[in-house]
Amino acid sequence: MAALTETRRPREGAAINLTAALALLVRRYAVFLLLATLVIVFSIAEPAFLGLSNFMSVLQAVSVVAILSVGVTISMAVGGFDLSVGAVAASSVMAASYAMVVWRLDAFETVAFVIAFGLAVGLFNAFLIVKVGVPDLLATLAVNFLLTGLQLIPTAGRSIATGLILPSGASANGAFDPNFLAIGRRRLFDVAPLPVLLMIVVAIVAFVLTERTRVGRLLFAVGGNEIAARLAGAPTARLKTLAYCLSATLASIGGVIVAARVGRGDVSSGASLLLDSVAPSLIGFAVLAARRPNVFGAVVGAIFVGVLLNGLTMLNVPYYTQDFVKGAVLVGALGLTYGLGRRPA
Amino acid sequence: MSASVQRAHSAGLAVRGACKRFGSTQALSGVDFDVAPGEIVGLMGANGAGKSTLVNVLVGATQADEGEIRLEGRLYAPKSPRDAIAAGIVAIHQATDRAGAAGLTVAETLLLDRFADGRSGFFVSPASIRRQAASIAERSGFALPLDRDFGEIGAAERQLVAIARALSAEARVLILDEPTASLSSAEAARLFDVLEGLAARGLAIVYVSHRMADLKRLAQRVAVLRGGRKVAEFRQPIDFSAALQAMIGRAIDSAYPRARAATGQPVLELIGLRSRPGGPSIHLALRAGEVTAITGALGAGKSRLLLNIFGAEAPAEGEMRLDGDAWRPSGPAEAIARGIHMAGEDRRRTSFIPADWPGGSIAASIALPHMRRWFPHGFVVPAVERAAAFEAIHRLDIRAIGPEARLDTLSGGNQQKVVLARWQAVRPRVLLLDEPFQGVDVGARADIAAAVRAQDDIATLVATSDPEEALEVADRIFVLDSHGLRRFGDGVRTEVSIDPALSDGPEDGRLD
Repeated sequence: MAALTETRRPREGAAINLTAALALLVRRYAVFLLLATLVIVFSIAEPAFLGLSNFMSVLQAVSVVAILSVGVTISMAVGGFDLSVGAVAASSVMAASYAMVVWRLDAFETVAFVIAFGLAVGLFNAFLIVKVGVPDLLATLAVNFLLTGLQLIPTAGRSIATGLILPSGASANGAFDPNFLAIGRRRLFDVAPLPVLLMIVVAIVAFVLTERTRVGRLLFAVGGNEIAARLAGAPTARLKTLAYCLSATLASIGGVIVAARVGRGDVSSGASLLLDSVAPSLIGFAVLAARRPNVFGAVVGAIFVGVLLNGLTMLNVPYYTQDFVKGAVLVGALGLTYGLGRRPA
Repeated sequence: MSASVQRAHSAGLAVRGACKRFGSTQALSGVDFDVAPGEIVGLMGANGAGKSTLVNVLVGATQADEGEIRLEGRLYAPKSPRDAIAAGIVAIHQATDRAGAAGLTVAETLLLDRFADGRSGFFVSPASIRRQAASIAERSGFALPLDRDFGEIGAAERQLVAIARALSAEARVLILDEPTASLSSAEAARLFDVLEGLAARGLAIVYVSHRMADLKRLAQRVAVLRGGRKVAEFRQPIDFSAALQAMIGRAIDSAYPRARAATGQPVLELIGLRSRPGGPSIHLALRAGEVTAITGALGAGKSRLLLNIFGAEAPAEGEMRLDGDAWRPSGPAEAIARGIHMAGEDRRRTSFIPADWPGGSIAASIALPHMRRWFPHGFVVPAVERAAAFEAIHRLDIRAIGPEARLDTLSGGNQQKVVLARWQAVRPRVLLLDEPFQGVDVGARADIAAAVRAQDDIATLVATSDPEEALEVADRIFVLDSHGLRRFGDGVRTEVSIDPALSDGPEDGRLD
């Protein structure tokens, strides 16, 4: 092993290199190619698909899921997997409604309360994972279960709206603050809905945090090799705590948006949120052939699913096929990442 | 080599012209190797010489690009370890944790092959497992704790389990990779007896090691690999000085540095430090401008000692002093802040972020512990870490396409240089290096040793299980065993030449 030059591949012919390069190109941009194909096909079939208002409605539809999947992605960066985001968002919807209808809090107080609630769940997750040592999947799955049940208790399982009869027999006559409802319903310049703007802000901040900062590097270092991170002096417990707090807080912001859009505390509002937001995080692995959790990929993944569902709905594909379509996309993306996406050794 | 050509047509294992290339690295180039039934052949070579590749080819873990292997005269080309085992070629690796699985008892571990190939039948009763395992253990000659969990027994016992398991597979060729690394002298002596008994029964044994004492005791013949070639072969009586010289590839005395006079106050002192209760009590003072090496067998406690100093593990008792003040680090972060740096053993486990992840490049790897200092505003500044990487690439002669090269594209030696560069990028006061030459070729080893010695204003402590490596890098060498630290080769450094006699005496024969 005398002479060691580190560029591999000297012997293969140019043809092999070309094919390999092409394959890599296809892998990197597969999701974008598919997205472009979908857009073309849908706009030929249904010209209204290409309009700005439809584009905004796609983004609005995916905004909550995208924000949640950014949180899941951050938990994946530290080598974890936050499965409690669905229940955090759902119980945040209930918490927001309860705060306004029963406690008569205003919009600002309600948002602060809900975000504090998310933060508390994040800390609890981190406590279970970091201090108690429960494996992350199990801990967050258990917390998911816990919150799904907890949200039913204060109202004895009833949905929350003005006039709610409390378990004590009294009726709660508070109402949703119009300023709160605006979070879900107002548009900037009559074009961009606030949830879409929120999603963009969350995406940009999380992208910069994870990809461009010291903390982001350390988060990935913990997820990539916790021993190496610790021996390099990284506060691994604090970084994990940070990741789970961010993830749960983002989920509670998602819950605020849902509550503001729906305008009532519906017990079933968050039922499908968990799987819907885990999927884009995993589809994100295939985006640009990253093969790792990444915020950009997660947002692209969420939009991809949104475009697909929107187009299919326009083409009158029945509603009940949606979950099947999402599942198929996820399976395809994972196959792309782990099967075809294998890098040349 | 006419003798070996003749042997190719007779019994035993014969390798002819084996070549294997990994990327740009020629791991094996035209290696011939033989072992006959009843023979114990030593296979020597420095790290990266091609020993593991040859073993992997023999056991089907990898396939040779060129060349042929004959087993008892018939062509043998294993596609998988399973093929090799079916043909009767069994290897026991140094990493014995793969010889079984935690959660299984030792008895179940011994029968794992029979479970896997269905010989045990579908239903297995505890009694039959116990009975079969006991007969396997008896045949091996070891007293094995059959009812204990494989995950709970020590490295030495796992080694014995692995050997017993191999023997139960009716091996014709047994390959052992540094089998005594984690064994005590008594256990090693027992192993040697077992191996000689097996050879007498007609087993062909390949003994991969660079322990002179082991080879001298066992081997009838020694083949030496260097740079993927067989550079020499020795028969009894084996001239080990010549063998070592062939292995290292240059005259030996010139390879070692002269001891420098230690200067200044001790930077770090260990006073009666015990890493674990009942462990050896360690007294040691490290001075600036001096490289101290601690050698000793695997499991002697070298790594733990370094972890104690670095704050990654609290010692059981005793005192540490840094610049005369008590040193009780809360963790690696505090140690790094105070100028104590540690490059852990097994770089992939203790140092590297996976190549696909952010932080998997040379530049980011070097920056990892220094980010707070280099990126005070929180944002990664690529130019800063790139500059540090460029400096390291030039200073340490790291062969890579650039600072952004992924670590998995580097050879072992260059990867280890990156680890060293990380901990030298900001000048430490105390540098702790745990097995800094692991999986490193001879050339890179010399570069690393030179770079360690070049930083001559800090205190350096190297832990290595290989005394030759210690000789190459250190001013002072200690041997750590169950009694504590002993000075290795007192007096003027030049007297400490690698002489087989030195590693053969009752005192120094086994470093554990």
